[in-house]
Amino acid sequence: MIHIRIGEEGFDPAALLEPLERLGGGAVASFTGIVRGGGGLVSMRLDHYPAMTERRIAHIVEEARARWPLLGVTVVHRVGDLQPEDRIVFVGTASIHRAAALESCAFLIDWLKSSAPFWKKESFLDGRSQWVEARAEDDAARDRWMKS
Amino acid sequence: MATLDILYFAWVREAIGRDGETVEHPGAEATIADLIDSLVPRGPGYAEAFADRSRLRAALDHAFVPLETPLGNAHELALFPPVTGG
Repeated sequence: MIHIRIGEEGFDPAALLEPLERLGGGAVASFTGIVRGGGGLVSMRLDHYPAMTERRIAHIVEEARARWPLLGVTVVHRVGDLQPEDRIVFVGTASIHRAAALESCAFLIDWLKSSAPFWKKESFLDGRSQWVEARAEDDAARDRWMKS
Repeated sequence: MATLDILYFAWVREAIGRDGETVEHPGAEATIADLIDSLVPRGPGYAEAFADRSRLRAALDHAFVPLETPLGNAHELALFPPVTGG
Protein backbone atom coordinates (compact mmCIF):
# COMPACT_ATOMS: atom_id res chain seq x y z
CA MET A 1 0.00 0.00 0.00
CA ILE A 2 1.46 3.32 -1.09
CA HIS A 3 -0.38 6.49 -0.16
CA ILE A 4 1.04 9.90 -1.10
CA ARG A 5 -0.89 13.11 -0.61
CA ILE A 6 0.14 16.72 -1.06
CA GLY A 7 -2.39 19.39 -0.25
CA GLU A 8 -3.52 22.31 1.85
CA GLU A 9 -5.82 20.31 4.14
CA GLY A 10 -4.77 19.23 7.62
CA PHE A 11 -4.49 15.56 8.55
CA ASP A 12 -5.13 13.25 11.48
CA PRO A 13 -2.14 10.98 12.24
CA ALA A 14 -4.37 8.41 13.95
CA ALA A 15 -6.51 8.09 10.83
CA LEU A 16 -3.39 7.73 8.69
CA LEU A 17 -1.92 5.04 10.96
CA GLU A 18 -4.98 2.83 11.01
CA PRO A 19 -4.70 1.47 7.45
CA LEU A 20 -0.98 0.79 8.01
CA GLU A 21 -1.86 -1.25 11.11
CA ARG A 22 -4.20 -3.44 9.10
CA LEU A 23 -1.61 -4.66 6.61
CA GLY A 24 -0.69 -7.74 8.62
CA GLY A 25 2.79 -6.66 9.70
CA GLY A 26 3.95 -6.48 13.30
CA ALA A 27 5.46 -3.02 13.10
CA VAL A 28 4.22 0.45 12.23
CA ALA A 29 6.48 3.50 12.62
CA SER A 30 5.62 7.11 11.97
CA PHE A 31 7.00 10.63 12.05
CA THR A 32 4.90 13.78 12.34
CA GLY A 33 6.53 17.14 11.65
CA ILE A 34 5.05 20.19 13.39
CA VAL A 35 5.53 23.88 12.58
CA ARG A 36 7.89 25.07 15.31
CA GLY A 37 6.75 28.24 17.10
CA GLY A 38 8.92 30.71 19.00
CA GLY A 39 11.15 33.51 17.81
CA GLY A 40 8.08 35.58 16.97
CA LEU A 41 6.96 33.24 14.18
CA VAL A 42 3.32 33.90 13.28
CA SER A 43 2.92 31.89 10.10
CA MET A 44 4.69 29.78 7.54
CA ARG A 45 3.98 29.42 3.86
CA LEU A 46 4.95 26.32 1.94
CA ASP A 47 5.45 26.50 -1.79
CA HIS A 48 6.11 23.51 -4.00
CA TYR A 49 6.59 22.48 -7.61
CA PRO A 50 3.28 20.73 -8.30
CA ALA A 51 4.32 18.97 -11.51
CA MET A 52 7.34 17.45 -9.79
CA THR A 53 6.50 16.99 -6.10
CA GLU A 54 4.39 13.84 -6.17
CA ARG A 55 6.62 12.13 -8.71
CA ARG A 56 9.69 12.96 -6.67
CA ILE A 57 8.12 11.63 -3.46
CA ALA A 58 7.03 8.46 -5.28
CA HIS A 59 10.64 7.99 -6.34
CA ILE A 60 11.88 8.38 -2.75
CA VAL A 61 9.25 5.86 -1.59
CA GLU A 62 10.46 3.39 -4.23
CA GLU A 63 14.02 3.81 -2.93
CA ALA A 64 12.78 2.94 0.56
CA ARG A 65 10.89 -0.10 -0.72
CA ALA A 66 14.03 -1.32 -2.47
CA ARG A 67 15.96 -1.19 0.83
CA TRP A 68 13.44 -2.51 3.35
CA PRO A 69 10.62 -5.09 3.21
CA LEU A 70 7.70 -2.68 3.53
CA LEU A 71 4.02 -3.57 3.53
CA GLY A 72 2.88 0.02 3.34
CA VAL A 73 4.09 3.60 3.14
CA THR A 74 2.09 6.77 3.73
CA VAL A 75 3.50 10.25 3.05
CA VAL A 76 1.39 13.36 3.57
CA HIS A 77 2.88 16.81 3.08
CA ARG A 78 0.95 20.03 3.53
CA VAL A 79 1.46 23.13 1.40
CA GLY A 80 0.03 26.63 1.66
CA ASP A 81 -0.36 28.69 4.82
CA LEU A 82 0.40 27.11 8.20
CA GLN A 83 0.58 28.31 11.80
CA PRO A 84 2.84 27.26 14.66
CA GLU A 85 1.83 23.85 16.04
CA ASP A 86 0.15 22.86 12.78
CA ARG A 87 1.12 19.45 11.49
CA ILE A 88 3.12 19.83 8.32
CA VAL A 89 4.33 16.38 7.29
CA PHE A 90 3.54 12.74 8.09
CA VAL A 91 5.52 9.66 7.19
CA GLY A 92 4.22 6.22 8.17
CA THR A 93 5.71 2.83 7.37
CA ALA A 94 4.50 -0.71 8.01
CA SER A 95 6.66 -3.81 7.98
CA ILE A 96 7.03 -7.26 9.46
CA HIS A 97 9.96 -6.06 11.56
CA ARG A 98 10.42 -2.99 13.74
CA ALA A 99 13.91 -2.18 12.44
CA ALA A 100 12.64 -1.97 8.86
CA ALA A 101 9.69 0.22 9.89
CA LEU A 102 11.81 2.58 12.02
CA GLU A 103 14.77 2.87 9.65
CA SER A 104 12.67 3.37 6.53
CA CYS A 105 10.64 6.05 8.31
CA ALA A 106 13.85 7.95 9.20
CA PHE A 107 15.16 7.46 5.66
CA LEU A 108 11.97 8.87 4.14
CA ILE A 109 11.84 12.01 6.26
CA ASP A 110 15.55 12.68 5.75
CA TRP A 111 15.12 12.44 1.98
CA LEU A 112 11.89 14.44 1.97
CA LYS A 113 13.59 17.32 3.77
CA SER A 114 16.48 17.61 1.36
CA SER A 115 15.26 16.12 -1.93
CA ALA A 116 11.64 17.07 -2.57
CA PRO A 117 10.73 20.44 -4.14
CA PHE A 118 9.25 22.32 -1.17
CA TRP A 119 10.21 25.79 0.06
CA LYS A 120 9.26 27.36 3.40
CA LYS A 121 8.77 31.06 4.01
CA GLU A 122 8.43 32.29 7.60
CA SER A 123 6.57 35.42 8.70
CA PHE A 124 7.25 37.06 12.05
CA LEU A 125 5.39 39.24 14.54
CA ASP A 126 7.41 42.33 13.60
CA GLY A 127 6.33 42.07 9.96
CA ARG A 128 9.54 40.48 8.70
CA SER A 129 9.34 37.49 6.43
CA GLN A 130 12.10 35.32 5.04
CA TRP A 131 12.66 32.16 3.07
CA VAL A 132 14.08 29.39 5.21
CA GLU A 133 17.70 28.60 4.35
CA ALA A 134 18.60 24.99 3.60
CA ARG A 135 20.68 23.51 6.40
CA ALA A 136 23.87 21.51 5.91
CA GLU A 137 22.69 19.18 8.71
CA ASP A 138 19.70 18.18 6.60
CA ASP A 139 21.95 17.26 3.67
CA ALA A 140 24.20 15.35 6.06
CA ALA A 141 21.17 13.50 7.48
CA ARG A 142 20.22 12.43 3.97
CA ASP A 143 23.76 11.56 2.93
CA ARG A 144 24.30 9.17 5.85
CA TRP A 145 21.97 6.77 4.02
CA MET A 146 24.33 6.66 1.06
CA LYS A 147 27.12 4.96 3.00
CA SER A 148 25.29 1.73 3.73
CA MET B 1 10.75 27.31 -33.38
CA ALA B 2 11.38 25.17 -30.29
CA THR B 3 10.61 26.80 -26.98
CA LEU B 4 11.55 26.18 -23.37
CA ASP B 5 9.23 26.81 -20.43
CA ILE B 6 11.05 28.23 -17.42
CA LEU B 7 9.52 28.13 -13.94
CA TYR B 8 10.75 30.08 -10.91
CA PHE B 9 10.14 29.20 -7.26
CA ALA B 10 10.60 30.77 -3.81
CA TRP B 11 12.93 33.80 -3.72
CA VAL B 12 13.94 33.29 -7.34
CA ARG B 13 10.29 33.89 -8.27
CA GLU B 14 10.03 36.89 -5.96
CA ALA B 15 13.22 38.53 -7.25
CA ILE B 16 12.21 38.09 -10.90
CA GLY B 17 8.61 39.01 -10.19
CA ARG B 18 6.98 36.23 -12.19
CA ASP B 19 6.18 32.51 -11.90
CA GLY B 20 7.81 31.68 -15.19
CA GLU B 21 8.06 32.41 -18.87
CA THR B 22 8.59 30.78 -22.23
CA VAL B 23 11.79 31.47 -24.13
CA GLU B 24 13.24 30.39 -27.43
CA HIS B 25 15.12 27.12 -26.89
CA PRO B 26 18.82 27.99 -27.13
CA GLY B 27 19.74 24.55 -28.48
CA ALA B 28 20.57 21.13 -27.05
CA GLU B 29 24.22 21.90 -26.30
CA ALA B 30 23.54 25.05 -24.28
CA THR B 31 23.76 24.42 -20.55
CA ILE B 32 21.44 25.67 -17.85
CA ALA B 33 24.22 28.03 -16.75
CA ASP B 34 24.45 29.40 -20.31
CA LEU B 35 20.73 30.03 -20.33
CA ILE B 36 20.90 31.79 -16.96
CA ASP B 37 23.66 34.05 -18.36
CA SER B 38 21.36 34.97 -21.24
CA LEU B 39 18.50 35.83 -18.84
CA VAL B 40 20.50 38.20 -16.61
CA PRO B 41 20.22 41.23 -18.97
CA ARG B 42 16.42 41.01 -18.83
CA GLY B 43 16.34 43.11 -15.68
CA PRO B 44 17.67 43.85 -12.21
CA GLY B 45 15.45 41.16 -10.68
CA TYR B 46 17.15 38.51 -12.82
CA ALA B 47 20.60 39.78 -11.89
CA GLU B 48 19.60 39.62 -8.21
CA ALA B 49 18.08 36.14 -8.47
CA PHE B 50 21.07 34.73 -10.32
CA ALA B 51 23.84 36.65 -8.49
CA ASP B 52 24.96 33.73 -6.34
CA ARG B 53 24.92 30.55 -8.42
CA SER B 54 25.95 28.48 -5.41
CA ARG B 55 22.48 29.13 -3.94
CA LEU B 56 20.67 28.14 -7.13
CA ARG B 57 19.31 24.71 -8.00
CA ALA B 58 17.64 23.41 -11.15
CA ALA B 59 15.31 20.73 -12.42
CA LEU B 60 15.09 19.76 -16.07
CA ASP B 61 11.84 18.06 -17.08
CA HIS B 62 11.21 17.38 -13.36
CA ALA B 63 14.61 15.84 -12.52
CA PHE B 64 17.14 17.61 -10.30
CA VAL B 65 20.31 18.33 -12.28
CA PRO B 66 23.49 20.44 -11.85
CA LEU B 67 23.62 23.86 -13.54
CA GLU B 68 26.31 22.57 -15.94
CA THR B 69 23.78 20.17 -17.52
CA PRO B 70 23.06 20.70 -21.24
CA LEU B 71 19.41 21.51 -21.97
CA GLY B 72 19.11 18.73 -24.54
CA ASN B 73 15.54 18.42 -25.78
CA ALA B 74 14.01 19.36 -22.44
CA HIS B 75 10.72 21.26 -22.46
CA GLU B 76 10.66 22.54 -18.88
CA LEU B 77 13.37 24.08 -16.73
CA ALA B 78 12.78 25.10 -13.12
CA LEU B 79 15.14 27.37 -11.17
CA PHE B 80 14.91 27.63 -7.38
CA PRO B 81 16.82 27.77 -4.08
CA PRO B 82 17.89 24.63 -2.22
CA VAL B 83 14.72 22.86 -1.02
CA THR B 84 13.45 23.20 2.56
CA GLY B 85 10.55 20.78 2.96
CA GLY B 86 9.69 18.31 5.68
